[in-house]
Amino acid sequence: MTRSLFDKVWDAHVVRAETRERPATLYIDLHLIHEVTTPQAFSLLKERGLKVHRPDLTLATIDHSTPTKINEDGTRPFVSEQAQKQVELLLANAEEHGIQAHGWDSPYRGIIHVMGPELGATQPGMTIVCGDSHTATHGAFGALAFGIGTTQVGHVLATQSLLMRKPKSMCVHVDGELADGVSAKDVILAIIAKIGVGGGTGHVIEYRGSCFENMNMSERMTVCNMSIEAGARAGMIAPDATTVAYFENKPMAPKHLSAAAEQWLSLASDPDCSYDKEVRLNAADIKPMVTYGTHPGMAMPIDGIIPDGDEKALAYMDMQAGAKIAGTKIDTVFIGSCTNSRIEDFRIAAHILKDQSVAKSVTAIFVPGSEQVKAEAEAEGLHEIFMAAGAQWREPGCSMCIGMNGDIGKPGDLIISTSNRNFEGRQGPGVRTVLASPATAAACAIAGVITDARVTPRGLS
Amino acid sequence: MSFAPFKTLTSKTLVLGAENIDTDQIIPARFLTTTNRKGLGKLAFNDWRYGDDNSETDHILNTSAAKQCQILVAGHNFGCGSSREHAPWALMDYGFRAVISSEIADIFHANALKNGFLPIVIEAAAHQWLLDHPGEEIVIDLEACEVRLPKNGGTYSFKVDPFSRHCLLQGQDEMDYLLEQDEVITEYEARNV
Repeated sequence: MTRSLFDKVWDAHVVRAETRERPATLYIDLHLIHEVTTPQAFSLLKERGLKVHRPDLTLATIDHSTPTKINEDGTRPFVSEQAQKQVELLLANAEEHGIQAHGWDSPYRGIIHVMGPELGATQPGMTIVCGDSHTATHGAFGALAFGIGTTQVGHVLATQSLLMRKPKSMCVHVDGELADGVSAKDVILAIIAKIGVGGGTGHVIEYRGSCFENMNMSERMTVCNMSIEAGARAGMIAPDATTVAYFENKPMAPKHLSAAAEQWLSLASDPDCSYDKEVRLNAADIKPMVTYGTHPGMAMPIDGIIPDGDEKALAYMDMQAGAKIAGTKIDTVFIGSCTNSRIEDFRIAAHILKDQSVAKSVTAIFVPGSEQVKAEAEAEGLHEIFMAAGAQWREPGCSMCIGMNGDIGKPGDLIISTSNRNFEGRQGPGVRTVLASPATAAACAIAGVITDARVTPRGLS
Repeated sequence: MSFAPFKTLTSKTLVLGAENIDTDQIIPARFLTTTNRKGLGKLAFNDWRYGDDNSETDHILNTSAAKQCQILVAGHNFGCGSSREHAPWALMDYGFRAVISSEIADIFHANALKNGFLPIVIEAAAHQWLLDHPGEEIVIDLEACEVRLPKNGGTYSFKVDPFSRHCLLQGQDEMDYLLEQDEVITEYEARNV
């Protein structure tokens, strides 16, 4: 019987098979944890007198409630005492249970979905979970990676296993070459616009075709990251030579990379394997995309006309059906989040912003995904380009994607954001979010209005 | 942790008909710095229920009638977005014990079941009846896997995972069941990890 990438990874982790009466028991290779979704799970362990079963397969960091500024005296301006306590509790819980934690002093601290791959902890063929829906990011490596709730975080801490029925499979094929100025972010927004915000519910997506084969790992992570925005818990891309090359010099990569690579490459879906659902897009048809509504499925080409249909969403966004979206005045630009905060994203932004200025009416906040991204960007002098243009260059974290640390907009503000969710109030009460690629975000910062980066001097090269 | 067994629930419904109600609406992210799971009901749908000055809006969730409703009827694709389990915690603390929709997002669905909160995906005809008849008293019968509607609305069956159904009927969480598998998990580790 032919098997898909998803089938192969699933099968290899079944501790106990599912039956009509009971779900499968699935073994988890890597459990990523952060401060927001773990305190109640550790409390549960304590109440029941349980230990962490495999602290060696658990990896912690602090990212959501962490300030992205440092005070002059070196202290960190937490948004509240409660936020600070939450961060301290994660570090204390990790220490108590012998879990490797990347806290303030670690050169690897960062958004968990940026940090895991950078460490080489994320590897092809693994099962990876985290109390965080953007765990789907790690599927870029051919891992089966998905978000779980806090009760399940407790299950994995205590047993390194989960109870789960096997989801259905869905294949998203995108073949052909992307036009100049079209990025991975535009591809995934086009996919979500096509299949809908719930189109992947109950499914694990495999992304196949030359469009994804041509992408680097950073771009593949951007695609897989937003699988959940189409309702799919996980998205996967088969490991190939690009995947293997990524692991050179990663601290937690396998010692014998070529031996590991042989096994990784065998995970690719068998020819003629079948999926429960299949969707096709042509890469050449995809344009730079922005969202115009209040969920990520409400995305449109940047040179298009705002569609009608959802009056409530358009009223919230203060957008008019039938009008062009280009030219809409903006207040803030945020480049960051687990979707688009890697070095490649900032190189694109720097390319567009070099020798340019952020519009006077715009606040531009750039937040690297990790200490590693920050250090690399600074070594390349990207931060100087940003600061010369008038943008803020912050400390790593989730920041304005979720706003838990106080990095939020004012009611009514329109934020061009490279993050993943444009839900009402996501970036602060009453704030309007337009999701876009780093190139689009950088071009908007200069223009002060929604702008197609392809018409700017360096947007196409 | 165990929870109250869920067998039959008879209650009036509260209807939130919007599609794609995401977990950021159910409980905004700025409240997630909490380190416990209690007392989140007052924050459920916070930004719909309270104005800028924190005064109550005229939203249906602020009415005294709403607080008697243990069954939430929601538009298509309820609970999408973030994996925060604070969403079902907040809904339960508000007073709900079940949600009925034509589609419910995967992670919310899983989180709800783990807390004894029943997520029901029901066929379109029944969903439409429920949207059209807010505040009616209906019956959810988990043993029969049926929703019974009054006023000739009919009886509709729904699917629920047999294992989750068993846990809900007994008021049992899954931790003990997983811990009992210690031996097979250790065997798996010896073979693979």
